[in-house]
Amino acid sequence: MHELGIVFHMIETLETVAVQNELTTIARVTLDLGEVTGILPDYLLDCWRWAADRTELLHGADLELHQIPAVTVCNACGRTYATVEHGKICPHCQSPETVLLCGNEIEIATVEGR
Amino acid sequence: MDRIKIIDVHEDVLANNDRAAEALRMRLHEKGTLLINLMSSPGSGKTTLLNATLDAVAGRLSVGVMEADVDSDVDAYAVQRHGARAVQLHTGGMCHLDAAMCEQGLRELGTDGLDVVFIENVGNLICPAEFDTGAARKVMILSAPEGHDKPLKYPLMFEVSDVVIVSKMDVAEHFDFSLEELERNVRARNPQARIMPLSAKTGEGMQQWVDWLLGEVAAWQG
Repeated sequence: MHELGIVFHMIETLETVAVQNELTTIARVTLDLGEVTGILPDYLLDCWRWAADRTELLHGADLELHQIPAVTVCNACGRTYATVEHGKICPHCQSPETVLLCGNEIEIATVEGR
Repeated sequence: MDRIKIIDVHEDVLANNDRAAEALRMRLHEKGTLLINLMSSPGSGKTTLLNATLDAVAGRLSVGVMEADVDSDVDAYAVQRHGARAVQLHTGGMCHLDAAMCEQGLRELGTDGLDVVFIENVGNLICPAEFDTGAARKVMILSAPEGHDKPLKYPLMFEVSDVVIVSKMDVAEHFDFSLEELERNVRARNPQARIMPLSAKTGEGMQQWVDWLLGEVAAWQG
Protein backbone atom coordinates (compact mmCIF):
# COMPACT_ATOMS: atom_id res chain seq x y z
CA MET A 1 0.00 0.00 0.00
CA HIS A 2 2.86 2.40 0.64
CA GLU A 3 5.12 1.52 -2.28
CA LEU A 4 5.67 5.12 -3.39
CA GLY A 5 6.84 6.14 0.09
CA ILE A 6 9.25 3.19 0.14
CA VAL A 7 10.63 4.19 -3.27
CA PHE A 8 11.27 7.76 -2.09
CA HIS A 9 13.19 6.41 0.91
CA MET A 10 15.14 4.05 -1.36
CA ILE A 11 16.16 6.94 -3.61
CA GLU A 12 17.29 8.95 -0.58
CA THR A 13 19.43 6.04 0.63
CA LEU A 14 20.85 5.46 -2.87
CA GLU A 15 21.83 9.12 -3.19
CA THR A 16 23.86 8.76 0.01
CA VAL A 17 25.42 5.50 -1.22
CA ALA A 18 26.37 7.23 -4.49
CA VAL A 19 28.12 10.10 -2.69
CA GLN A 20 29.98 7.72 -0.35
CA ASN A 21 31.17 5.56 -3.25
CA GLU A 22 31.71 8.33 -5.82
CA LEU A 23 29.10 7.04 -8.25
CA THR A 24 27.53 9.39 -10.80
CA THR A 25 25.12 6.87 -12.32
CA ILE A 26 23.53 3.72 -10.95
CA ALA A 27 22.47 1.05 -13.43
CA ARG A 28 21.14 -1.70 -11.17
CA VAL A 29 19.84 -2.09 -7.65
CA THR A 30 18.89 -5.30 -5.89
CA LEU A 31 16.43 -5.18 -3.03
CA ASP A 32 15.74 -7.87 -0.42
CA LEU A 33 12.01 -7.81 0.14
CA GLY A 34 10.38 -9.82 2.94
CA GLU A 35 7.29 -11.81 2.14
CA VAL A 36 5.10 -10.13 4.79
CA THR A 37 6.05 -6.46 4.34
CA GLY A 38 2.69 -5.83 2.68
CA ILE A 39 4.53 -4.41 -0.31
CA LEU A 40 3.26 -5.50 -3.71
CA PRO A 41 6.22 -6.15 -6.03
CA ASP A 42 4.39 -4.97 -9.18
CA TYR A 43 3.39 -1.69 -7.56
CA LEU A 44 6.88 -1.21 -6.18
CA LEU A 45 8.40 -1.72 -9.65
CA ASP A 46 5.91 0.72 -11.21
CA CYS A 47 6.64 3.36 -8.57
CA TRP A 48 10.37 2.75 -9.01
CA ARG A 49 10.21 3.32 -12.78
CA TRP A 50 8.22 6.50 -12.32
CA ALA A 51 10.40 8.00 -9.60
CA ALA A 52 13.84 6.69 -10.63
CA ASP A 53 13.52 8.10 -14.14
CA ARG A 54 12.98 11.56 -12.67
CA THR A 55 16.48 11.54 -11.14
CA GLU A 56 19.78 11.94 -12.91
CA LEU A 57 21.47 9.30 -10.75
CA LEU A 58 18.92 6.52 -11.33
CA HIS A 59 17.56 7.26 -14.78
CA GLY A 60 16.88 3.91 -16.48
CA ALA A 61 18.21 1.92 -13.50
CA ASP A 62 16.88 -1.62 -13.11
CA LEU A 63 15.42 -2.74 -9.82
CA GLU A 64 15.68 -6.44 -9.05
CA LEU A 65 13.68 -7.87 -6.16
CA HIS A 66 14.78 -10.88 -4.08
CA GLN A 67 11.94 -12.22 -2.01
CA ILE A 68 12.79 -13.34 1.53
CA PRO A 69 10.36 -16.00 2.81
CA ALA A 70 8.65 -15.24 6.11
CA VAL A 71 9.48 -17.61 8.97
CA THR A 72 7.97 -17.58 12.46
CA VAL A 73 9.47 -19.19 15.57
CA CYS A 74 7.31 -20.61 18.35
CA ASN A 75 8.46 -19.68 21.85
CA ALA A 76 6.51 -22.58 23.36
CA CYS A 77 7.95 -25.52 21.37
CA GLY A 78 10.95 -23.82 19.76
CA ARG A 79 10.10 -24.93 16.25
CA THR A 80 9.83 -22.71 13.18
CA TYR A 81 7.21 -22.65 10.44
CA ALA A 82 6.16 -20.78 7.27
CA THR A 83 4.34 -17.61 8.38
CA VAL A 84 2.14 -17.07 5.34
CA GLU A 85 0.81 -20.62 5.42
CA HIS A 86 0.08 -20.86 9.17
CA GLY A 87 -0.19 -17.30 10.52
CA LYS A 88 0.08 -16.46 14.23
CA ILE A 89 -0.79 -19.86 15.75
CA CYS A 90 1.99 -22.48 15.82
CA PRO A 91 0.96 -25.47 13.62
CA HIS A 92 3.11 -27.84 15.75
CA CYS A 93 1.74 -27.10 19.24
CA GLN A 94 -1.13 -24.56 18.67
CA SER A 95 0.56 -21.94 20.87
CA PRO A 96 -0.03 -18.24 20.08
CA GLU A 97 3.35 -17.35 21.65
CA THR A 98 5.07 -16.89 18.32
CA VAL A 99 7.45 -14.28 16.90
CA LEU A 100 8.29 -13.38 13.32
CA LEU A 101 11.90 -14.38 12.64
CA CYS A 102 12.29 -12.92 9.16
CA GLY A 103 10.17 -11.74 6.28
CA ASN A 104 9.81 -8.07 7.19
CA GLU A 105 12.98 -6.86 5.42
CA ILE A 106 13.13 -3.99 2.95
CA GLU A 107 16.88 -3.82 2.40
CA ILE A 108 18.98 -2.52 -0.42
CA ALA A 109 21.35 -5.43 -1.00
CA THR A 110 23.65 -4.33 -3.84
CA VAL A 111 24.17 -1.35 -6.10
CA GLU A 112 25.88 -1.36 -9.48
CA GLY A 113 27.09 1.91 -10.92
CA ARG A 114 29.99 3.95 -12.12
CA MET B 1 35.23 5.24 -18.83
CA ASP B 2 35.23 4.30 -15.15
CA ARG B 3 34.77 0.66 -14.35
CA ILE B 4 31.43 -0.49 -13.06
CA LYS B 5 31.49 -0.88 -9.29
CA ILE B 6 29.31 -3.34 -7.44
CA ILE B 7 28.70 -2.26 -3.88
CA ASP B 8 27.29 -4.38 -1.06
CA VAL B 9 25.03 -2.01 0.80
CA HIS B 10 22.71 -4.14 2.97
CA GLU B 11 20.96 -1.11 4.36
CA ASP B 12 17.39 -1.05 5.58
CA VAL B 13 15.46 1.31 3.31
CA LEU B 14 13.80 2.92 6.31
CA ALA B 15 17.05 3.35 8.29
CA ASN B 16 17.34 7.03 7.25
CA ASN B 17 13.78 7.64 8.31
CA ASP B 18 14.34 5.87 11.63
CA ARG B 19 17.42 7.99 12.36
CA ALA B 20 15.57 11.21 11.50
CA ALA B 21 12.66 10.12 13.69
CA GLU B 22 14.95 9.36 16.66
CA ALA B 23 16.69 12.74 16.33
CA LEU B 24 13.33 14.51 16.22
CA ARG B 25 12.13 12.58 19.29
CA MET B 26 15.24 13.66 21.24
CA ARG B 27 14.85 17.32 20.26
CA LEU B 28 11.20 17.29 21.32
CA HIS B 29 12.16 15.64 24.61
CA GLU B 30 14.57 18.49 25.36
CA LYS B 31 11.85 21.02 24.58
CA GLY B 32 9.28 19.14 26.68
CA THR B 33 6.80 18.64 23.85
CA LEU B 34 5.13 15.23 23.72
CA LEU B 35 4.38 14.20 20.15
CA ILE B 36 1.57 11.66 19.81
CA ASN B 37 0.86 9.82 16.56
CA LEU B 38 -2.89 9.27 16.34
CA MET B 39 -3.86 6.62 13.80
CA SER B 40 -7.11 5.01 12.69
CA SER B 41 -9.37 4.24 9.74
CA PRO B 42 -11.23 7.11 8.10
CA GLY B 43 -14.38 7.95 10.04
CA SER B 44 -13.36 6.33 13.34
CA GLY B 45 -13.75 9.63 15.21
CA LYS B 46 -10.21 11.06 15.42
CA THR B 47 -11.36 14.66 15.08
CA THR B 48 -14.29 14.18 17.48
CA LEU B 49 -11.96 12.64 20.08
CA LEU B 50 -9.45 15.46 19.64
CA ASN B 51 -12.13 18.11 20.08
CA ALA B 52 -13.44 16.45 23.25
CA THR B 53 -9.85 16.06 24.53
CA LEU B 54 -9.11 19.74 23.85
CA ASP B 55 -12.20 20.76 25.81
CA ALA B 56 -11.19 18.45 28.71
CA VAL B 57 -7.61 19.76 29.04
CA ALA B 58 -8.38 23.44 28.36
CA GLY B 59 -6.36 25.62 30.72
CA ARG B 60 -4.12 22.68 31.72
CA LEU B 61 -2.24 21.82 28.52
CA SER B 62 -1.44 23.82 25.42
CA VAL B 63 -2.01 21.57 22.46
CA GLY B 64 -0.97 21.59 18.81
CA VAL B 65 -2.49 19.46 16.08
CA MET B 66 -1.05 18.50 12.71
CA GLU B 67 -3.81 17.28 10.45
CA ALA B 68 -2.50 15.02 7.72
CA ASP B 69 -4.78 14.37 4.81
CA VAL B 70 -4.40 13.66 1.16
CA ASP B 71 -6.37 16.89 0.58
CA SER B 72 -8.80 19.40 2.23
CA ASP B 73 -8.45 21.43 5.44
CA VAL B 74 -11.79 20.89 7.17
CA ASP B 75 -10.24 19.10 10.16
CA ALA B 76 -7.71 21.85 10.95
CA TYR B 77 -10.48 24.45 11.24
CA ALA B 78 -12.50 22.13 13.46
CA VAL B 79 -9.73 21.64 16.06
CA GLN B 80 -8.77 25.34 15.97
CA ARG B 81 -12.27 26.20 17.14
CA HIS B 82 -11.58 24.01 20.19
CA GLY B 83 -8.44 25.93 21.14
CA ALA B 84 -5.59 24.03 19.45
CA ARG B 85 -2.84 25.54 17.37
CA ALA B 86 -3.26 23.66 14.09
CA VAL B 87 -1.67 23.13 10.70
CA GLN B 88 -2.95 21.11 7.80
CA LEU B 89 -0.47 18.89 5.97
CA HIS B 90 -1.28 17.58 2.54
CA THR B 91 0.57 14.38 1.77
CA GLY B 92 0.11 14.77 -1.98
CA GLY B 93 -1.50 11.38 -2.45
CA MET B 94 0.77 9.49 -0.04
CA CYS B 95 -0.91 7.15 2.40
CA HIS B 96 1.14 8.06 5.50
CA LEU B 97 3.46 10.59 7.14
CA ASP B 98 7.17 9.96 7.60
CA ALA B 99 9.67 11.73 9.87
CA ALA B 100 10.68 14.36 7.29
CA MET B 101 7.08 15.36 6.55
CA CYS B 102 6.36 15.47 10.26
CA GLU B 103 9.38 17.68 10.97
CA GLN B 104 8.34 20.07 8.21
CA GLY B 105 4.86 20.28 9.72
CA LEU B 106 6.25 20.95 13.20
CA ARG B 107 8.37 23.79 11.84
CA GLU B 108 5.28 25.35 10.34
CA LEU B 109 3.26 24.79 13.51
CA GLY B 110 5.97 26.05 15.88
CA THR B 111 6.33 23.90 19.01
CA ASP B 112 7.36 26.68 21.44
CA GLY B 113 5.13 26.56 24.50
CA LEU B 114 3.25 23.45 23.40
CA ASP B 115 2.97 20.59 25.91
CA VAL B 116 1.61 18.12 23.44
CA VAL B 117 1.24 17.85 19.67
CA PHE B 118 -1.08 15.34 18.05
CA ILE B 119 -0.41 14.07 14.56
CA GLU B 120 -3.76 13.20 13.08
CA ASN B 121 -2.35 10.72 10.62
CA VAL B 122 -3.91 9.76 7.30
CA GLY B 123 -6.95 7.53 7.86
CA ASN B 124 -5.57 4.06 7.14
CA LEU B 125 -4.79 1.02 9.32
CA ILE B 126 -1.85 -0.26 7.28
CA CYS B 127 0.74 2.23 6.06
CA PRO B 128 0.99 4.67 8.99
CA ALA B 129 2.02 1.73 11.22
CA GLU B 130 5.15 1.16 9.11
CA PHE B 131 6.74 4.59 9.40
CA ASP B 132 8.33 6.11 12.49
CA THR B 133 7.26 9.78 12.53
CA GLY B 134 9.35 10.76 15.55
CA ALA B 135 6.33 10.57 17.84
CA ALA B 136 6.97 9.51 21.44
CA ARG B 137 3.67 7.63 21.76
CA LYS B 138 1.41 5.87 19.29
CA VAL B 139 -2.30 5.85 19.89
CA MET B 140 -4.79 4.16 17.62
CA ILE B 141 -8.54 4.45 17.54
CA LEU B 142 -10.82 1.61 16.59
CA SER B 143 -14.50 2.55 16.49
CA ALA B 144 -16.89 -0.10 17.76
CA PRO B 145 -18.81 -0.28 14.44
CA GLU B 146 -15.59 -1.39 12.68
CA GLY B 147 -15.78 -4.71 14.54
CA HIS B 148 -13.69 -6.67 17.06
CA ASP B 149 -11.92 -8.71 14.37
CA LYS B 150 -9.71 -5.83 13.17
CA PRO B 151 -6.60 -6.82 15.21
CA LEU B 152 -6.59 -10.06 13.23
CA LYS B 153 -6.76 -8.24 9.91
CA TYR B 154 -4.37 -5.34 10.62
CA PRO B 155 -1.98 -6.88 13.18
CA LEU B 156 0.92 -4.42 12.80
CA MET B 157 -1.18 -1.39 13.72
CA PHE B 158 -2.28 -3.10 16.95
CA GLU B 159 1.26 -4.33 17.68
CA VAL B 160 2.89 -0.91 17.50
CA SER B 161 0.29 1.08 19.45
CA ASP B 162 0.78 2.06 23.11
CA VAL B 163 -2.92 2.79 23.51
CA VAL B 164 -5.92 1.33 21.68
CA ILE B 165 -8.92 3.62 22.09
CA VAL B 166 -12.25 1.95 21.36
CA SER B 167 -14.46 4.83 20.25
CA LYS B 168 -18.21 5.20 19.71
CA MET B 169 -18.98 2.86 22.63
CA ASP B 170 -22.34 4.65 22.99
CA VAL B 171 -23.57 2.87 19.83
CA ALA B 172 -21.68 -0.43 20.29
CA GLU B 173 -24.83 -2.34 21.29
CA HIS B 174 -26.31 -1.76 17.82
CA PHE B 175 -23.41 -3.52 16.14
CA ASP B 176 -22.02 -7.01 16.16
CA PHE B 177 -19.23 -5.94 18.52
CA SER B 178 -17.78 -7.63 21.61
CA LEU B 179 -15.35 -5.69 23.79
CA GLU B 180 -14.13 -8.97 25.37
CA GLU B 181 -13.33 -10.44 21.95
CA LEU B 182 -11.55 -7.24 20.95
CA GLU B 183 -9.47 -7.27 24.13
CA ARG B 184 -8.53 -10.90 23.49
CA ASN B 185 -7.52 -10.11 19.90
CA VAL B 186 -5.44 -7.10 20.91
CA ARG B 187 -3.74 -8.96 23.80
CA ALA B 188 -2.69 -11.77 21.44
CA ARG B 189 -0.68 -9.19 19.45
CA ASN B 190 0.28 -6.69 22.09
CA PRO B 191 0.02 -7.68 25.77
CA GLN B 192 1.25 -4.22 26.93
CA ALA B 193 -1.31 -2.10 25.08
CA ARG B 194 -3.67 0.03 27.18
CA ILE B 195 -7.22 -0.51 25.93
CA MET B 196 -9.61 2.39 26.60
CA PRO B 197 -13.26 2.06 25.60
CA LEU B 198 -14.96 5.46 25.45
CA SER B 199 -17.47 7.73 23.78
CA ALA B 200 -16.28 11.24 22.97
CA LYS B 201 -19.90 12.15 22.34
CA THR B 202 -21.36 11.17 25.73
CA GLY B 203 -18.11 11.58 27.69
CA GLU B 204 -18.25 7.98 28.98
CA GLY B 205 -14.70 6.66 29.53
CA MET B 206 -13.05 9.99 28.65
CA GLN B 207 -11.57 10.46 32.13
CA GLN B 208 -9.24 7.46 31.78
CA TRP B 209 -7.90 8.81 28.48
CA VAL B 210 -7.44 12.37 29.77
CA ASP B 211 -5.68 11.06 32.91
CA TRP B 212 -3.36 8.98 30.75
CA LEU B 213 -2.55 12.00 28.60
CA LEU B 214 -1.85 14.27 31.58
CA GLY B 215 0.34 11.57 33.15
CA GLU B 216 2.35 11.03 29.96
CA VAL B 217 2.95 14.76 29.49
CA ALA B 218 4.08 15.11 33.12
CA ALA B 219 6.46 12.14 32.76
CA TRP B 220 7.85 13.45 29.44
CA GLN B 221 8.50 16.89 30.91
CA GLY B 222 9.64 15.47 34.29
